Amino acid sequence: MRMTTDLDQLARAAARGDEAAFAALTDRIYDRTFGLCFRLTGSRAEAEDLTHDLLIALPRKLPLYRGQSRFTTWLYRVTLNAAHDHRRKQATRARAHDGWGDVELMRRAEAAQRADEADWLTTAMRALPDDLRDTLALTLDDATHAEAAQVLGISEGTVSWRLSEARKRLRAIMEDTQ
Amino acid sequence: MTRDPLDDLKSALHSATPRPDPARRAATLRAAATEFSQENSLTRQGSADAPRPTPDRPAKWGLIAGVKQMLATLPARGALTATTALAAVGLIVLVPALQDGPPSPIRPSTEQIVEAVKDAPDVVPPVHLDLALEAPAMAPVTSRSAKSRIAATQTFAGGANAPAYDATRDPALQKQPENTEAFPEADPNPVKVTTDDPVSTFSVDVDTASYGVIRSSLMAGVLPPRDAVRIEEMVNYFPYLYPAPTDGAAFSTHVSTLQTPWNDGTQLVHIGIQGALPAVEDRPPLNLVFLIDTSGSMQDADKLPLLKQSFRLMLSQLRPEDEVAIVAYAGSAGTILKPTAASERSTILTAIDALQAGGSTAGQQGLELAYAKAEEMSAEGEVSRVILATDGDFNVGLSSPRAMEQFISDKRDSGTYLSVLGFGRGNLDDATMQALAQNGNGTAAYIDTLQEAQKVLVDQLTGALFPIADDVKIQVEFNPAQIAEYRLIGYETRILNREDFNNDKVDAGDIGAGHSVTAIYEVVPVGSGARLTDDLRYAAPASASDVQTDEWGYLKLRHKAPGASTSTLIETPITAESDARLGGETAFAAAIAGFGQVLRGSVHTGDWGFGDAIALASGAIGDDPFGYRAEAVRLMRLAQSLAN
Repeated sequence: MRMTTDLDQLARAAARGDEAAFAALTDRIYDRTFGLCFRLTGSRAEAEDLTHDLLIALPRKLPLYRGQSRFTTWLYRVTLNAAHDHRRKQATRARAHDGWGDVELMRRAEAAQRADEADWLTTAMRALPDDLRDTLALTLDDATHAEAAQVLGISEGTVSWRLSEARKRLRAIMEDTQ
Repeated sequence: MTRDPLDDLKSALHSATPRPDPARRAATLRAAATEFSQENSLTRQGSADAPRPTPDRPAKWGLIAGVKQMLATLPARGALTATTALAAVGLIVLVPALQDGPPSPIRPSTEQIVEAVKDAPDVVPPVHLDLALEAPAMAPVTSRSAKSRIAATQTFAGGANAPAYDATRDPALQKQPENTEAFPEADPNPVKVTTDDPVSTFSVDVDTASYGVIRSSLMAGVLPPRDAVRIEEMVNYFPYLYPAPTDGAAFSTHVSTLQTPWNDGTQLVHIGIQGALPAVEDRPPLNLVFLIDTSGSMQDADKLPLLKQSFRLMLSQLRPEDEVAIVAYAGSAGTILKPTAASERSTILTAIDALQAGGSTAGQQGLELAYAKAEEMSAEGEVSRVILATDGDFNVGLSSPRAMEQFISDKRDSGTYLSVLGFGRGNLDDATMQALAQNGNGTAAYIDTLQEAQKVLVDQLTGALFPIADDVKIQVEFNPAQIAEYRLIGYETRILNREDFNNDKVDAGDIGAGHSVTAIYEVVPVGSGARLTDDLRYAAPASASDVQTDEWGYLKLRHKAPGASTSTLIETPITAESDARLGGETAFAAAIAGFGQVLRGSVHTGDWGFGDAIALASGAIGDDPFGYRAEAVRLMRLAQSLAN
């Protein structure tokens, strides 16, 4: 049963050329990759494009995954790098933080409360520098501190420091808005 | 203001994260698969077959994998209970991750945590769901060791500002797609008092979808939802050895009575209708339009791949003069295969193999296109039929199911029939399937296995595709001098008004070549202690003297020749006699009807339960060449274990 096979095994099988394993792998990682991309970019369209690029690049990249780390960790790193590349490209077009100001986000937030929340979120995410935002995007969802540290190539202590830094800034924003 | 801003950010991020667009998702997955096979054909030619990944549970993340698998096998309400258990379990896993500040030196080791939760998914095995639902407080922790470890870990990790873990926010637990199945809601037919309401009218039903859904539920280890149980479809799933009609009649009717298995004071009136089976060589040429749902959700193994295999099986049954066309609908509808003679097997097979899932569903457009194709193909003396295969999504796009029903009803008069094949679970819109097939002069079947595909599309191809009688209606008038009360078992969604019987404009079910239809009434003879109602004190007493007959009732049946607009009438009196030729057949039908009522939680079956149904059915298996009846007994046994 494929269902019970974990991602690491799927990834190794896919790297060996097992087509069904690759299909199962991409099916299972699509949603979480899309979610992470969204949290990194703040735009649905960009998240979709990023996920698309990532997944079609995966067949070439998979052989590089040797199974020393968990596949999810590896995938986070690949995703993060792709997001950074993307961000750089955007920066050259001088719209670095456009994503979190996307009208799409506002339009979706129909309910008044959600509008407030999204508004606050946009303000908050925009106010954070890239490195803090990346750390948040990783840790607030799936990754453990240790994993985030591994992905970002920093120590676990730095992850904790970044989070408390982010907390400070968020608190400041909150006090500003109240 | 002591709230942690990170919590707010987390919840805001979660609610802002959009659900992935299924069309986009499917497109990306397809592109990735293409990329993969290209990459592999370039670099890995000649490499040995990779071993299949083994399903053994890895040391790390085994919890998540196990939890996911468990959720995948649980029904929605079961999952709800299980997540209660997981919330408690998840707490110890995720609290360290969300903890404030540097990691605590006395954090429990991974081994400890894994150890503590290892047993947890087993705490609520799927089989005991109902039990767990009744006693939710018991569910989270039944293993004493797990309990003590959880307590211990909480002391370690439960810092003052450790955020509460919210299971509904955990993406691992959210992976389970929402169950959006829809079943028609219909209350069981009530007991009628013969003096008040002596006439019962209904349309025949040759659908079998309900039995397929019940089987798929039971095989997945859960009792089916009550509204999914349509007793007439269960009874009619099985072939019965009713004597075939003679001298050119379209069908024969057989009425028999027997003792009710679940009530000593009542009798069952068993009405069996057997359609004629014209020699297969004589059948008219057939025009088939496969209308195939290729939306993203169809990619599961039990959907599009099973559908492809099923159609391949069916193709072998077609004759060279038959024609096949394929229309797919997903996002936009399109013709995949122009009308092609069945003799061009390889062309048709290639078209079937090329079908891919992706995109959202545009049912209406697809239907319009399919009917247009069918009309284009039809010629004098041929039978045209649209075969709709879907996992349930019809209604993306312009139109409501009601408008589609309307569309299909209009097309019905053009002479094109419609069959609906349901695939897969989770999103099955049984109610719409049923309504569409009913309005389109067709049948609805649910295909859960290749065997079922064989039964529906190969063994019963002739019956499924060649109507021998249209708009078959049954009306029974009971004699108040003999029968005090009666109740029609099943057919809730097929009840007609008394005046509809003689009105040829009113649509009803169709009978295909060789189909048999069975209907069962439970009747209470006058003077039986099992009566549920009392005589009225002030009403005039039933004038038994007027009708000097020992007939229990009178059966009338109307049907039209295929394509005809006026109906013919067949009449048979119902007497207390039981037809000895039908002995085992009526007993088996009664066992299935009883089984269905127990599944529905009927008030009429009393203490009679699954065990009695098993005993009755096992004794009436008779000649069962394909093993359908033996399978029914196995399902009853499964249901019995699941219900306990």
